[in-house]
Amino acid sequence: MSSTADLTWFARHEIRLAWREWLAMMTGGRRRRSRAVIGLIVFAAIMHLPAYAVIGRFADLTLPLDKSSLIVMTATILLAWALMLSQAIESVTRVFYARADLDLIMSSPVRLTNIFSVRIAAIALSVTAMALLLSTPFVDVLAVMGGIRWFSAYGVVIAIGLSAAAVAISLTIVLFHLIGPARTRLVAQILAAIIGAGFVIALQIAAILSYGTLSRFAVLTSDAAAGFAPDGDSIVWWPARAALGDGEALLLLLAGGLILLGAVMAIFSPRFTDTAARVSANPMTGQQGSRSKAFRKGSRQQALRRKEFVLLRRDPWLVSQTLMQLLYLVPPALMLWRSFSDSSLAIVLVTPVVVMAAGQLAGGLAWLTISGEDAADLVATAPLTSARVIRAKIEVVLIAIGGIFAPLVLALMLASPLQAAVTAAGVIVGAASATSIQLWFRVQAKRSQFRRRQTSSRLATFAEAFSSIGWAATAALALTIPTAAAISGLMTAGILAATWKMSPRRS
Amino acid sequence: MKPQESALRVQGLTKRFDRPAVDALDLTVRRGEFYALVGPNGAGKTTTLRMVAGLLRPDAGSVAVFGIDALADPVAAKQMMAWVSDEPMIYDKLTPLEYLEFVAGLWGIDPLISEPAAQELLVSLGLEPHLHERCEGFSKGMRQKVALAGALVHDPRLIILDEPLTGLDAVSARHVKGLLGDRVRSGCTVIMTTHILEVAERMADRIGVIAAGRLVAEGTLAELRQQNGHADKSLEDLFIALVDVEAAAA
Repeated sequence: MSSTADLTWFARHEIRLAWREWLAMMTGGRRRRSRAVIGLIVFAAIMHLPAYAVIGRFADLTLPLDKSSLIVMTATILLAWALMLSQAIESVTRVFYARADLDLIMSSPVRLTNIFSVRIAAIALSVTAMALLLSTPFVDVLAVMGGIRWFSAYGVVIAIGLSAAAVAISLTIVLFHLIGPARTRLVAQILAAIIGAGFVIALQIAAILSYGTLSRFAVLTSDAAAGFAPDGDSIVWWPARAALGDGEALLLLLAGGLILLGAVMAIFSPRFTDTAARVSANPMTGQQGSRSKAFRKGSRQQALRRKEFVLLRRDPWLVSQTLMQLLYLVPPALMLWRSFSDSSLAIVLVTPVVVMAAGQLAGGLAWLTISGEDAADLVATAPLTSARVIRAKIEVVLIAIGGIFAPLVLALMLASPLQAAVTAAGVIVGAASATSIQLWFRVQAKRSQFRRRQTSSRLATFAEAFSSIGWAATAALALTIPTAAAISGLMTAGILAATWKMSPRRS
Repeated sequence: MKPQESALRVQGLTKRFDRPAVDALDLTVRRGEFYALVGPNGAGKTTTLRMVAGLLRPDAGSVAVFGIDALADPVAAKQMMAWVSDEPMIYDKLTPLEYLEFVAGLWGIDPLISEPAAQELLVSLGLEPHLHERCEGFSKGMRQKVALAGALVHDPRLIILDEPLTGLDAVSARHVKGLLGDRVRSGCTVIMTTHILEVAERMADRIGVIAAGRLVAEGTLAELRQQNGHADKSLEDLFIALVDVEAAAA
C-alpha cells in the first residue's frame, strides 16, 4: 500500500472508531439506535428554546461594537475554547491510555509518524465536531433572528476547535516528557477539570471581590475592563469580529488554527510514537500503596467502607471531578467570607450552589461505590447479604458528602443559622436523591467506566441533573419565597417519584 | 454417599438462557476431594459453578454446601466457600496486602489470624517484592495469584476455581498447583474447571465430564477408562471420545 493509501485507510478507520464511540456514548450502546438518534434530534430541536432565551437578544448586534460588547463576546468565545481544550486533553489521554490498539499499530509495517499525524487530526476533528454540534442551537437562533452573517460563527467554532486540539496535544506530550506516563494521566485529568471550570470561576471571583456579586458579567461590562481592553482593531477581537460576519477575520482565524495544528502535527507526530511506546511499555508500574500497619479489626461493613474510602481517595477521575466541584464552591465560599463584613442579600446565592454541588458529587460517588465495583464477584460471594453491602456503600457516599460540605455549612451558621439549616437540609436531600437514583439504576461496571457512566441510562443522568437543580432551586426559594419553595419541592419530588416508577429496580 | 459426607451436593440444577445452559445436573463432591470438571466450551461448567457460588440463581434444583442449603441460607454457605474465576477479581488501586486485608474483613476473620496468613500466602506465591505495590501494574499472572491468595486467606472449606491456571507461567502454575494440593491434603475440598486436561489427570481425585449442561461421565481416571472400554487411553482421548458421542447424540 502506498503512503497516501495508508493514510486514507487509517483516516477512515479513525473516523469510524470516533463515530462509533460517539454513537455508543449518545445511545448507551443500545441496539435501537434509530430511536436514540430520533430522541437526540428532538432534544437538539428543544435546545433551541433555551438557546433563544440565553442568546436571542444579542442577534441584532452588528459591527462596529462598543468595547463592553466585544469583551463579553470574546470572553464567551474564550470560555468555549477553554471547554474544548478541556475535552481535547481528555481525548488525548484516552488515546494513550484507553485505546487497546497501540501495540497493534506500532507493530504494523506502516510509517508511525504518518499514522500519528492522522490520529492527531482525528482528535481535532472529534473535538471540533462535538463543539459544532453543541453550538448549533445558538448559532441557528442567531442566524434566524439576526441574518445569515451569523453562520460565520460556525467557522469560529472550527478555528478554536483546531487550536484547542493543538494546544491540548502539545500540553499532554510536554507533560509526558516532564513527569512521566503514570503521573501525566492524573495531572492531565485534573488540568482538564481546572481548565473547564477555571475560567468561569476566575471571573466569578473577580466579580465577588470587586462588585459583591456572583455574576461574571459584572466584571466583563465594567468600566475597569473596558479601560484595560485594547483598541477595536486589535487582534484580540478577531474571534468576536469573525463571529459577527467579518470574513477577513474569519479567514485569518481559520488559517491560524490550521497552521497551529499543522505545526503541532509536524513537531509532535514523531514524539507521539515515543510517548505511546513509553505508555504501553510501562503501564502504571511502581505506584506504591500505603505501607499499611497491622490489619485492622472491625465488622464486615467496616471492611467494605474502608475499602471504598481507599479506592475513592486513589481514583484519579474522582479526584479531578471532586476538585472541580470544590472549585465551583470557591466563589460561594468567598461570597460567604465577604458577607461577614457586608450584610448583602447576595449571600443567599451560596445555598443553591452548595446544594447543587452536593447533588452532583453524590451522584458521582454513588455510581463509583454502588455500580463501579471492580470485584463484583468477590463481594457477591462474601458471606453478607446484598442489603448490608448496599447499606455500607451508601454510608460511604453520605459520610464523604458530609465531610466535604459540613465545614461550609458550619461557616454559614456563623453568618445565618437559618440559611445554614436550609442549606444542610438541601445538601442532605440532594445527596440522598442522587444516591437513590444511582441505586435504582445500578449496573455492574468497572470503575474505569466512570467517565461514561451516563451512557448506561440517559434517564438516570437527566433525573440526577434535574433533581440537583430542583433541590438547589427549592433551597434558594425556601430562603426567599417559601410558598414557591413548596411548589418547587413538590415538583422535584414528583420527578424523583416518576424516575423511581420508570427504574429497572422498582420490582 | 450420605448427604453429610459431601462437601457439595447439587440436585436437578437447571439454568436456561436462550437455551438450557445447565440441564437438571446432579453432582456430588466428597469432603477433602479434588474434583475436576472438564468439558468443551459452552458446556455449562462455569454456569454450574457460578450457581454453586451464589453468583447466579438457578431456575430449578438445589445446592447444599456441607449440608447447608445454599439457596435458603446463602450467607452461611458462603462463609465456607471461596470462588476464584479466570478473570482475577482484584482492585487496581489496592496493594496485595490491602486486598487481602479487605477479603479477610469481609469474611470476618480475626486480623491476628489473617495477617500472618496473608503474608505467608503472598510470599509463597512469589509476590513478596510487590506486597506494597498497587495491583494496577501487575501482569495477568500476578493478578491471578493475588486473587488466589484472597480466596485462601479466609481458610475456606470448599474452594471453587474456574480456570485458575489461565495466564500463569509454568513456575507460577506449579506454585498454585502445589498450594491447592496442600489444601486438599489438609482436608479442604477443591472443585476446579480446567481446559488443561493434564492438570485434571494429574491432580484430581475424580473427574466429571460435562457436555450440553449434563454430566456425561464421572469417576477416577481409571474408572473413566473402564467405563469407556479404553484401558490405555489418556484423558484427552477419553474426553474427545465422550464429547464426540454427546455431540453426535445431540
